[in-house]
Amino acid sequence: MLESATILFSSTLMFFASGAIGALVCARHHDLCRRVTHGFVFGGSVLIFGLSILGLFGGRFELLLPGILPFAGGLALGLDRLSAFFLLIIATGVAPSALYAISYTRHYPQKQSSMGFMLNIFVPAMMLVVLARNVLTFLLFWEAMSLASYFLVMTESEHEETCKAGWLYLVMMHAGLACLLIGFLAMSQASGTFDMSEWARSASGIDMGMRNLVFLVMAAGFLSKAGAIPFHVWLPRAHPAAPSHVSAVMSGVMIKLGVYGLIRIAFEWLGQGPAWWGAVILMVGAVSALLGVLYALVQHDLKSLLAFSSVENIGIILLGVGAGLLFRAYNLGSLASLALVAGLYHCLNHAIFKTLLFLGAGAVVEETHTRNMEEMGGLLKRMPHTGGYFLIGSLAIAGLPPFNGFISEWLTFQALMLSFNIPVQFLNLLFALSIAALAMTAGLAAACFVKAFGITFLALPRGETVDQAHEASRTMRASMGLLSVACLALGVLPALVLRPLSNTIAEFIGDRPELSFNWNNISAADVFAVIAPFWMAMILVVLILTVWVGLHAFGTNFHRRYYETWGCGRALQTAAFEYTAAAFAYPFKRVFALLYRSIEETEIEAHPESRFFVKTITYRHETRSIIEDSVYAPIAATVRRLAAKARKLQSGNVHSYLFYILVALLALVLFAK
Amino acid sequence: MTLEVAITALQWLVAVLGAPLLVGIVGKTKARLQGRRGAGVWQPYRNLRKLLVKEVVISGTTSWVFRLTPYVVISTMLLSALMVPVLTTSGALPFLGNIIMLMSVFLLGTFFLALAALDAGSSFGGMGSSREMAIAALAEPTVMIAIFAIALRAGSTDLNEMVRRSVSDPLLLLNPGHLLAFLSFVIVALAETGRLPVDNPSTHLELTMIHEAMILEYSGRYLALIEWASSIKLFLFLTLLGNIFFPWGVAVTPEPVALVIGVVALAIKLGVLALGLAILETSVAKLRLFLVPELLSGSFLLALLAVISFFFLR
Repeated sequence: MLESATILFSSTLMFFASGAIGALVCARHHDLCRRVTHGFVFGGSVLIFGLSILGLFGGRFELLLPGILPFAGGLALGLDRLSAFFLLIIATGVAPSALYAISYTRHYPQKQSSMGFMLNIFVPAMMLVVLARNVLTFLLFWEAMSLASYFLVMTESEHEETCKAGWLYLVMMHAGLACLLIGFLAMSQASGTFDMSEWARSASGIDMGMRNLVFLVMAAGFLSKAGAIPFHVWLPRAHPAAPSHVSAVMSGVMIKLGVYGLIRIAFEWLGQGPAWWGAVILMVGAVSALLGVLYALVQHDLKSLLAFSSVENIGIILLGVGAGLLFRAYNLGSLASLALVAGLYHCLNHAIFKTLLFLGAGAVVEETHTRNMEEMGGLLKRMPHTGGYFLIGSLAIAGLPPFNGFISEWLTFQALMLSFNIPVQFLNLLFALSIAALAMTAGLAAACFVKAFGITFLALPRGETVDQAHEASRTMRASMGLLSVACLALGVLPALVLRPLSNTIAEFIGDRPELSFNWNNISAADVFAVIAPFWMAMILVVLILTVWVGLHAFGTNFHRRYYETWGCGRALQTAAFEYTAAAFAYPFKRVFALLYRSIEETEIEAHPESRFFVKTITYRHETRSIIEDSVYAPIAATVRRLAAKARKLQSGNVHSYLFYILVALLALVLFAK
Repeated sequence: MTLEVAITALQWLVAVLGAPLLVGIVGKTKARLQGRRGAGVWQPYRNLRKLLVKEVVISGTTSWVFRLTPYVVISTMLLSALMVPVLTTSGALPFLGNIIMLMSVFLLGTFFLALAALDAGSSFGGMGSSREMAIAALAEPTVMIAIFAIALRAGSTDLNEMVRRSVSDPLLLLNPGHLLAFLSFVIVALAETGRLPVDNPSTHLELTMIHEAMILEYSGRYLALIEWASSIKLFLFLTLLGNIFFPWGVAVTPEPVALVIGVVALAIKLGVLALGLAILETSVAKLRLFLVPELLSGSFLLALLAVISFFFLR
């Protein structure tokens, strides 16, 4: 077992190395280059899938290379079940995206070499983060992952918007990295070792104040990668700016590694913590879920909508994680385990449907040359396959049965409801509010994806480019098809995931989840909740067929006549009569006006002869982000002011620089003493 | 086992075939209260038969989503009817009773209906779609908190369990939390089934309709399926109100006598609720759309109070 894991791991690295080298060697042969590089990413991620399966069934390996990074204990890697589960998430998101990229990237002729190269760095870096076992290894690959994804975001660097997004991404990632550095180094100092697996044992001996501090800074660092509110500002800008297969990997996979880090520190590395850790995560989760979906709802850029929806889903995942922490703080191990199962199931589900939706959006954007939903419409007739897959993704992300999103949201609901076992009234209320937040999120997500699918794919085209749209290529369709099948499979046969996942969590926190399941049904906390997803789906299908057959038996008139849409007697129907994305979101803007603080402007240009002949109408209704305005804008202003002051120090005079060096040296000597 | 299957089939048939009658009774009662004679209580059945023999006129703008939707909508309702304990808590499908699942199945139907509404490309459809989803989203937290309040007392989110628990504990009805949860669930039921004061099922006035705006483009058998589905939804929500909060008479054992009592009890409960609905719809006007959130947040507070009362009184 050990042997096979090591061999599999090494061959995975070989694949990515070959891909990276291939990118450099065939840089001039565009077609060959995109096939080679993405082919190797695909192969590598299939091997990661194999490795994760091996790990989920108990396979392990430890790898210590003291020769590399000798000053901090060498390069240490290891595989346990939790790492294996995140490898599964990586593989499920990356493999279809790579398959898709083989034909999708043909539209980036000059950039294939750099894109392919970076993707071959990005993916193994994510894998190695999950496998890292000591501080330096973790941070090294964490940074490699951030930088590689930064270069991928910057693919279309000729657009100013992309450069801004990339810059913000870089700043946020390094602010996050700084937090992680503080936390990791403080913890290494306090526990006396760089080996994180040792931390759990020595954690109880460390001062509580110190551990609280480390928890806060590291949670901030990991949450900024995860894109949780209030650290999400980079996400809705960076994800849309990147090529779609990269957006898919970033949204579907990379942000989950923030969750991975959070789970590691909160449940393992820092030992048992106080209850408020869990309460903080629960609140961050509730706020991220709710605000994320509310902002998603008012986007008219299809990819921004999906990016904000990632913030929402991270929120849902954090609800599970936070609930788990709270349960553990009150020694309700099996419920903690159940909550974590819910959160991690949603992690995997989100990797599947968000990848699917971004790939679908990529196909649409490629054909229509716009990301603006107001110029789309009617695409279902022109891209029937892509549309069908996008619909499946929309149903899944809205948490509707019989798709996978439903199972994980249902589990999260059950975990939150079981909070009545905690004997603290304040926390009971907090949980009740979280249930309300999750419920509202589910409802708004349904609205959001009615809009995303309905405005993009249904009715008449709103822009001219839609008429030229064609169906996506065969490999692109295949990758979306695979993901759609996964959405359905994990929705009707949840035992596929629950079996390895509950073993994983049982190994990780030592308690089996309060969950029993087989192929037929799942039950949480015995009679508290039982569902039978498979039978429900079967009955639904049977009922649809029965109704159809029944109508025939009843002697129904099956004649169908096509006519135009009813329009109160107007002469012809054009797309101008359709509801727009902005109009769809209007009731929400009204209801949540306090939150959106939107600016509404209407300009009507009338004919000079009479004000009743309107020539043009311009309507703007933009929403502002409350967090950007109230948190980030003041910070940015302060930084700018301080920078202006610091400029005085930069005189350009060599003597003064020498003086600075002297002062710094003296200060260090005094301080170190 | 065969007995249980028979009982399940019976209560399913009562729900899906009895639903139009309930709509007819509400309509008739409303008419009488308003001083009209009104159509007979069997009118909804006649309407359905009429629609089924008429040809379908369909907009050329639409796609397969529009044609699939009526089947999805009716099937979700037929499935829901299997999940609700209409006459008895000891049906043959105990694994289908989860209330959160039930709400998700309802939402699946709403999701498709909202998509189909956008498909014809008329402003009415879009208006209905957007408003319906807004109300559904705003009602969702109330639904879940009300469910939470009930689940806390019943120790389960399973409908059969909830009813069984209420039957075994008659004093539960005097519990303030129980009554608060009931009130909030009433408001939610009105919003979810598109009744006054949230939506007016009998209006075709352009600017006020919500549900009717969504189904404006449907005709013939498609419309029949959707109308039938709406009536089942109303039937199920009223049954839930009756059986969860006033569980008298629900058969907890699969015996013929208990079932007969169950049928009578259900008839009485639905009769009372239908009368209440008719009185309500006669006496209140439709709320302005943007006042609906206030109504729903009020009902949310009631539900939250129900939950809080549980934790402070336990």
